[in-house]
Amino acid sequence: MSKHTLSVLVEDRPGVLTRIAGLFSRRGFNIESLAVGPTEHDGISRMTIVVNVEESPLEQVTKQLNKLVEVIKIVELDQAASVHRELVLVKVAATAETRGQVLDTVQLFRAKVVDVAPDAVTIQVTGNAGKIADFLRVVEPFGIRELVQSGMVAIGRGSRSISERNLRPVSVPAPTAATAG
Amino acid sequence: MSEITGAQSLVRSLEAAGADNIFGIPGGAILPAYDPLMDSSIRHILVRHEQGAGHAAQGYAAATGRVGVCMATSGPGATNLVTPIADAYMDSVPLVAVTGQVGASMIGTDAFQEADIRGITMPITKHNFLVTDPADIPRTVAEAFYIASTGRPGPVLVDVAKSALQSMTSFQWPTEISLPGYRPVTKPHSKQIREAARLILESRKPVLYVGGGTIRAGASKELRVLAELTGMPVVTTLMALGAFPDSHPQHLGMPGMHGTVAAVAALQKSDLIISLGARFDDRVTGNLDSFAPHAKVIHADIDPAEIGKNRHADVPIVGDCREVISDLVVALQAEQDAGHTGDFEAWVGYLAGLKQRYPLGYEAPAEGLAPQYVIQRLSDIAGPDAIYTSGVGQHQMWAAHFVQYEKPRTWLNSGGLGTMGYSVPAAMGAKVGCPDTTVWSIDGDGCFQMTNQELATCAIEGIPIKVAVINNESLGMVRQWQTLFYNERYSNTNLQRHDGPVRIPDFVKLADAYGCVGLACDSADEVDATIEKAMEINDVPVVVDFRVHRDAMVWPMVAAGTSNDEIKYARDLAPEWEHDEL
Repeated sequence: MSKHTLSVLVEDRPGVLTRIAGLFSRRGFNIESLAVGPTEHDGISRMTIVVNVEESPLEQVTKQLNKLVEVIKIVELDQAASVHRELVLVKVAATAETRGQVLDTVQLFRAKVVDVAPDAVTIQVTGNAGKIADFLRVVEPFGIRELVQSGMVAIGRGSRSISERNLRPVSVPAPTAATAG
Repeated sequence: MSEITGAQSLVRSLEAAGADNIFGIPGGAILPAYDPLMDSSIRHILVRHEQGAGHAAQGYAAATGRVGVCMATSGPGATNLVTPIADAYMDSVPLVAVTGQVGASMIGTDAFQEADIRGITMPITKHNFLVTDPADIPRTVAEAFYIASTGRPGPVLVDVAKSALQSMTSFQWPTEISLPGYRPVTKPHSKQIREAARLILESRKPVLYVGGGTIRAGASKELRVLAELTGMPVVTTLMALGAFPDSHPQHLGMPGMHGTVAAVAALQKSDLIISLGARFDDRVTGNLDSFAPHAKVIHADIDPAEIGKNRHADVPIVGDCREVISDLVVALQAEQDAGHTGDFEAWVGYLAGLKQRYPLGYEAPAEGLAPQYVIQRLSDIAGPDAIYTSGVGQHQMWAAHFVQYEKPRTWLNSGGLGTMGYSVPAAMGAKVGCPDTTVWSIDGDGCFQMTNQELATCAIEGIPIKVAVINNESLGMVRQWQTLFYNERYSNTNLQRHDGPVRIPDFVKLADAYGCVGLACDSADEVDATIEKAMEINDVPVVVDFRVHRDAMVWPMVAAGTSNDEIKYARDLAPEWEHDEL
C-alpha cells in the first residue's frame, strides 16, 4: 500500500461531497484525509483526497470518480512535483518551568503561538505530514491537551494550473421529442 | 412569456424530452403534477405498485431503446422505486424516475412521507437531482434525459419538491446542455483498433465475447458483419441474447455459470477474447484467477471503468460498441484485402465438435411435465418475432437456453441485480412500447407472486401480455442448490402446503379475478394446444399455469466460486476435454 494524493475538481453543488465520500466507502477505500474549498473559478471546488491503496485499485477508483457527473477532473499529485501542506492547532501544557522549552520548539519548527493561557499555549504549525509528525513527537512529552488537524491540501509545482483546460463549457443539443433515444 | 406552475413546467418538459408513456402512481407530494398530466399528450399508465412502474419503464426502454419514464410520490412511493432503479443501474437501462418531494421548507424535518430519495439512490443512479426552484425544472429534465440515454445508459432520478411544483414559473426548454464533467467517449481510438486487428490476425483461438452493450448500442448488424468477415466463434452473454442469431452456425450460445459447454470452453481455452460491451461478470468468469488463463484480452466498452476492472485488458478500447465494431470491420477488411487473414480453422472445428457433442438438453421426467419442453414449444409457436421477458431463477435460465433468439431487444431480463418479480411488469412495459408485438412473460411461480398485481393494470389499461408461469411449486433455483450443496434439505423453498392438494393461490382463479384469461396445463400433450389458445387471445392478458415437475434442474452448471474448467453438463457429468491440445 502506498499513499496517493488526488486533486479533484468538482462542480460546487449540494451533495457532491456525499457522492465522493460514498463512492470511496462503497468501493472499499478508506480516505486518510480530505480537504474541500473554493478555487480560482466560481462554482468550482477542489478536493484534496489522500488515500492509502495499491496502484491498480487506485486506477479503478479514479475511473469510478470520473464517472460522477459533477466531477470535472482528477489529477494525482506526485509527492516530488507538488507542495503538500496541512495545518495543526495544538494545545500544549506549559508550566513556568517548561514554557521556555515549548517556545523554543515553536521557534525551531517555525510554528506560531496563537493563544496563551496560564498553564498552556495553543500552537499553530503548518507543513507536510513529516514535519507535523516530528513537531508532535517533540511536544508530546510536555503534554498535549487538545489537537485538531486540517486535511492535506496540495498543489503542483511550477506555473501551470490543473484547471487551465477542462473548464471550457462543452454544449450539446438538448434532447427533444424528435431525437430522444 | 406567460407564467405557469412548476407542475405544468414539469409536464411540458417531459413532453419536450420525448416521453410518450409514463408508468406511475400519484400521491401527496407529486399530486400537483398529475393535474396538468391529465391534459398532456403523454399517456400515463396507473400501476398498482411503484416497483411495477419502475420495471415497466425498464421493459419499455429495453424493448424500444428509448428512455423509460416512471413517476411516484415522496417517501414510500419513491422508496418502492429503489429496486427497479438499482436494476436499471446494473443492466444499463435508460430510465428517468420522477419523484415528488415534500415542500422545500419541510425538507429535513421528518415531514409526512419524507424520505431522502436523492441520498438513498446516489449509489444506484447514474446521476440524480433535487429540484427546489421551479425555474430549474426544464433544464434538469433535459439533463436527466440526456444523461440517461447517452454514454453507458442508466437510471437518473429527478426529485421535485412539492413547493416547486406549486410555484409559478416561466417555461423555456433549453436549446443546449452544458455538463463540464460529463463527456462520454463514443469514437474509439484508431491506434487501439489497429492493435486489436493485429492481435486478432495473430491469434489462433479467438472468440467474440458479446455483452449487453451491443444491444444497447444497436450493433447487431455490425456484429454479424464482423463475425462473418473473420469466421470467429461468438458467445453471447445473458444480457446479449438476440444480439447474434441463435441459429447462426458461428454462435456457440451463452457462456457462464449455466452456459453451454462450447461457449464456456470457447472463453476458457481461448488465446484471444474480444469483449464487446461485456464486463467479465462473476457469473461469466467463475473463479477469476483460473478464468481463460491463456487468453489475451481486447476489451471494448463505452464505460472506461469497466475496462480492466475484473480482468486485465491487453488492448483497451473506449467507445460505443457500434462504432468500435464498424471500425474493426474496416481495419480487418483492409488486412484481408492485403491478403492477411486469420487461421482459426482448427479452433472453429474443435468448438463445433463440442457444440455437437454437448448440446443443451434435458431428461424427460418419468412423470410430470418438463419445464424445458414447455419453453421450447413456446419458442417454436410464438417465434423469434415475439418479445420474451423473465424473472430470475431456473425459468430464467431455461428461457435463456430453450427460446431461440434471432433478434436484439426480444429478450428482457434482470441480469445484474437478479430481481425476482421483473418479468410481468417488464412485459407490460414492453407491450406498451411495442403494441403490435406478442409479448410473453416467462415467469416462475415464486417471481410471479412478487409483482402479479400488475395484471390488473394490464387488464384495465388494455395491455394484453401473455404470462407463462413455470410453476414448480417452489423457489426452484434455491431448491436446486439445496439439492446439490445442502444434502437435499429443502429449507423454506416449498411454496405450497406440505399436505393438501389445494393450490395456494390458484393461478387460474387469480387470473380470472384480475380480468385475465387463466389457463392451466400439466401434461406434455396439452402444451401445444394451450399455447395456441393463449396466442389466439389478444384482447385481454392471458396467464397460463404450466404445472411442471419440481425436480428439474438447470444444466450445464459451474458451481459458484469454482473454475469454469469444472463445468458439469449434467449432474456428476463433466465433459471430456480429450481433444484439448490444439
